[in-house]
Amino acid sequence: MSDLNITERQAGDVTILDLNGKVTIGEGSVALRSAIRRLLGEGKNKILLNLGSVGYVDSSGIGELVSSFTAVNKEGGTLKLLKLTQKIQDLLAITKLLTVFDVFDDEESALSSFS
Amino acid sequence: MLKLPSRIESVEEAAIKADEFAREQGLGDDFVSAIDLAIRESVTNAVKHGNKFAEEKTVDVTFAETADGFEITVRDYGTGFEVDDIPDPTNPENLMKANGRGILFMRSFMDVVEWSNPAGGGTAVRMIKRR
Repeated sequence: MSDLNITERQAGDVTILDLNGKVTIGEGSVALRSAIRRLLGEGKNKILLNLGSVGYVDSSGIGELVSSFTAVNKEGGTLKLLKLTQKIQDLLAITKLLTVFDVFDDEESALSSFS
Repeated sequence: MLKLPSRIESVEEAAIKADEFAREQGLGDDFVSAIDLAIRESVTNAVKHGNKFAEEKTVDVTFAETADGFEITVRDYGTGFEVDDIPDPTNPENLMKANGRGILFMRSFMDVVEWSNPAGGGTAVRMIKRR
């Protein structure tokens, strides 16, 4: 089994990626990068990352979230985060990135924020 | 002592061993989680920035329960670095960079983090998490 499983769902023009596993150096970070690049290649640039089932993130994973955010912005899109675990929230607070990302606890609010 | 090859898979191996050792000492989830993050970041640095993935160079890892707390050392055989030269990743101009947060995490979750240049070359980082 890979470090990170990513499932894609569509809600209107917003693409939701449900992440399950670890976003860490190596496989997990690469899987996230590939998924974001593929979506952007398909013209899907409203992206909601559901991190509720991400058990572990390291500094490379945080870096990948930042890179994803930047890549989506460059394409004129928006990337937002859904359901941060306490651990991820702590890491984003330490790195002062909580203010950079739009973060939501529930999917409905997240989706309506895109419109 | 664990002597690990300079590849990314060694990060997971070191973390698993540290986790097993910490749990044998009866340490709780928060404590183990802090150690886990510190060892992953330090071994990643050793493999990537220290040994620069050179297969002939090992990453040497020790962990021990001491009077001060849980102690980890991670050593590489690279050319060394000045920790003060590492840019602060929380500065606004560095905030959106993809790299450079590992040392911040090590310092945030461990009580002592210090670097030295041992005889024989390379860099060693010693970290302590107090009980």
